[in-house]
Amino acid sequence: MVTTLHHILANSIVLLALKLGILLLLLPATLVVGYVELKVMAHMQHRLGPMYAGAYHGWAQTLADGLKFIQKEDIMAAATDRTVFSMVPYITMLGAALTFVVIPFSRHGVIANLDIGLFYALAVSSISVIGVLAAGWASANKYSLMGGLRAAAQLIAYELPLVLAAAAVAMQAGSLSLVSIAEAQRYVPFALWAQPLGFLIFLAAATAEVSRTPFDMPVAEAEIITGAFTEYSAMKFAFGLFAAEYIAMIGMSALAATLFLGGYVPLLPQLRFVPGPVWFLIKTGLLIFLLIWIRWTFPRLREDQLQKFAWKVLIPLSLVNIFVTGALKLAHWT
Amino acid sequence: MGTVPEDLTRVPDLSSTGGLHTEEMVLNVGPQHPATHGVLRVLVSVDGERIVRAEPVIGYMHRGHEKLVEQRDFRQITNLLSRMDWLSGINNEIPASLAVERMLELEVPRRAQYLRVILAELNRITNHLMFTGSFGLELGATTPVMYAFRERELIQEALELVTGGRMHFGFIRPGGLKEDVPRGFVELARRGVRQLVAKIPDYENLLMGNEIFKQRTVGVGRLDPALALDHGVSGPILRACGIPYDIRKVDPYLVYDEFEFDTPLGAQGDSFDRFWVLVQEMKESARIVEQALDGLPEGSHIGAVPKRLTLPKGQIYCHAENPLGELGYYLVSDGGNKPYRLKIRTPSFSNISVAAHMLRGAFVPDMIAILGSMFFVVGDIDR
Repeated sequence: MVTTLHHILANSIVLLALKLGILLLLLPATLVVGYVELKVMAHMQHRLGPMYAGAYHGWAQTLADGLKFIQKEDIMAAATDRTVFSMVPYITMLGAALTFVVIPFSRHGVIANLDIGLFYALAVSSISVIGVLAAGWASANKYSLMGGLRAAAQLIAYELPLVLAAAAVAMQAGSLSLVSIAEAQRYVPFALWAQPLGFLIFLAAATAEVSRTPFDMPVAEAEIITGAFTEYSAMKFAFGLFAAEYIAMIGMSALAATLFLGGYVPLLPQLRFVPGPVWFLIKTGLLIFLLIWIRWTFPRLREDQLQKFAWKVLIPLSLVNIFVTGALKLAHWT
Repeated sequence: MGTVPEDLTRVPDLSSTGGLHTEEMVLNVGPQHPATHGVLRVLVSVDGERIVRAEPVIGYMHRGHEKLVEQRDFRQITNLLSRMDWLSGINNEIPASLAVERMLELEVPRRAQYLRVILAELNRITNHLMFTGSFGLELGATTPVMYAFRERELIQEALELVTGGRMHFGFIRPGGLKEDVPRGFVELARRGVRQLVAKIPDYENLLMGNEIFKQRTVGVGRLDPALALDHGVSGPILRACGIPYDIRKVDPYLVYDEFEFDTPLGAQGDSFDRFWVLVQEMKESARIVEQALDGLPEGSHIGAVPKRLTLPKGQIYCHAENPLGELGYYLVSDGGNKPYRLKIRTPSFSNISVAAHMLRGAFVPDMIAILGSMFFVVGDIDR
């Protein structure tokens, strides 16, 4: 049984379909995560959430929302920089989606197993910020400008701890390839052994990367009214903000699951019969749930408090983490 | 070769801005803005995200209540006044009736007085719950507002059972109440306040126990007691500065002097203290409601009131503790059946006047934390 599944997954045609499917499935995946978020949030808040669309517990709610966005009029203000304004949804979506190129869904189920996969994933995940900054500038709206600048400022704050936490993982695994990193965690995930601190730092920084509470200052609706996306409407809004946010959230969760929870690698040797993609989805799903949980529990920080938190807490901690990892490696303790 | 423009040769003095030259930007917050509780407009000059000047611009929602009441008799005006502060209708109606009663020297039955206290305190709780929830919402915590509305619902139901309305009650009449309370009200009201008291620790843990919440509110928007008194600030905001001014205590009306309750006081006068006072006051209101329900006397719900209400010539100032602060009516009568003039002193109007001082030098996100903890209703500012 185990071998047959692995053989099927190693088959080149199945693999190609899988690889294409990953990209094709991103949009439906956002609908699913969006629905899960609506439901989880509702139950945390003593409500039922969507119950009507699709007849069964509102399963089609996000689909209906998407269709609604398609029907909406696309409004652009007179002073808008139309070219840049229209480009933004592509940039934010692209930045969020490109991460999936290197994330392994199973041992062979990866679009491109780059030797520098980790480096690549961290590099492309920052592209979206350019889109947010461009949106803030092109909208010709003061709130949007503030949102764009907040996003740029936030990038400086969280990017370093994110990279430093990931660097410790690379040291631990001895590789930048995400497949090798996952393989290095066969049966003992880094989050439990060797990198628990790095895991927490990475989660905090990843929350800031995808602009979710408590680090959602770039889109703070009570302050700057969804920030850079105040002026967006219709499909541009749906793709530029919602789809990009959910894809980024799935992407960062998948990356964190691969780096710290072992991705597709089973947690126990006895559970090897469960295929890799299932493990991968379970672990990613857990992290997504964690992000949703945090979002609907905490208030939001202030931009300067995030900077303080990043520079005075996260960065020193991640440097300590790197030092300890290196020392342990040298001493052959791990 | 052209000449170098003069602007480029001049080195600006950058010492005060940390080496960066930044332009001031005027940000027009509101009237349509999610954090202005309706339609308050604040003109803000910002340097980056720091507020240089902030000026609340009021009047967008002016409906002319003071003029409108001059065209209505003394029974009708309560329905209008109920709509000023739309979160606490009962509390708006009470002092108007008190003014009429005091001028006519009408006797109000004790049952009516007790019921007024109960309704007023229930209304105070619904008002406070609304602000408890919305303050969290403004700081980005979306869940507390749902919890607050859950507790609010039972109490709203009790008020609805009595008055038939959920916002504009129009239930207080000169001399007493419109009707007696129906069967089942006492039990429902008791259940409502008991559920509230049981759930308040949840709010305290979810918000006041949260490190991020503290970072956003402690020391933010500190209000100096002297400044607060200069601007006529009252209610929970003034008590958060440590000044024990509660009209229910200092100038008891109705039967408030028969109940045991405390006046929660803050120390710092910052956003955290204001929120803390708000939550504690709900507990005190629940105490008053329980005591009043226990001691609710039998009798009539309305005293002997003449069919045609004509006030003698004269004037009176009557004030009461609205959930947001001191609500005062200055009633002038020319001997007719309508007020000659009714000057209204609303708490939100005086409270928001101090906002310009508090916002200066704050960050834009702090502006939301400050305005959210000023607990104002725009209809009460502009009336």
